[in-house]
Amino acid sequence: MKAIYFAWVRERIGRSDEEITPPASVANVEDLMVWLTRRGEEYAHAFENPKVIRVAIDQNHVKHNAPIAGAREIAFFPPMTGG
Amino acid sequence: MVTIRVQAEDFDPTVETAVLTKGRTDVGAIVTFTGLCRDEGGMLNALELEHYPGMAEQELARIAAQAQERWPVQGIVIIHRFGKIPPGERIVMVSVSAWHRSEAFCAAEFLMDFLKTQAPFWKRQNLGDGTSGGWVAGKEADEEALERWNTK
Repeated sequence: MKAIYFAWVRERIGRSDEEITPPASVANVEDLMVWLTRRGEEYAHAFENPKVIRVAIDQNHVKHNAPIAGAREIAFFPPMTGG
Repeated sequence: MVTIRVQAEDFDPTVETAVLTKGRTDVGAIVTFTGLCRDEGGMLNALELEHYPGMAEQELARIAAQAQERWPVQGIVIIHRFGKIPPGERIVMVSVSAWHRSEAFCAAEFLMDFLKTQAPFWKRQNLGDGTSGGWVAGKEADEEALERWNTK
């Protein structure tokens, strides 16, 4: 699946998107953030306070307990500040 | 009739609002909100708006559909810019036409409240001294503004 990052999540990780292949044990969004955190310091920094991170699967907002099976695109970003 | 656009260029609210009345005589009210970039007391050089291409348009369309379910509105226009926007320039506009003013006011406010917290846009401040003022933090007041729509 494709992971996409925006705003300070993108800046902390140092890239805007990447292909990721989490193991089957990574079932939901919360698990995925824990798994990403283990990829390195920059990920640990981006996900240091996972509660504030908003997530969209295939361009729809989802909660952290949402399953990731079948997702093509998962985006991680801070609370939105448009308008 | 719903118009949704996400673009870098400026827009003219008068021109954009004209589509709501073109060829019809049953419109009783149009409420238009325009959001501008303010200079924060002279500190700000520009806002830089990042967005999620594709999802931004989809989410604005979903918010417009929710407004149409809640109120009898005739038309909705939502335009949101991205990129570098200096103080004084327009960032966003929402325009709602309806038979009566109450629905137009309510729907326009609902659209803005949801847009601010649900549409994937992020603002970064570019300060007058050339430094980055950092990402604008989401406001509690904006989240609270959503709750009142749940109780109605």
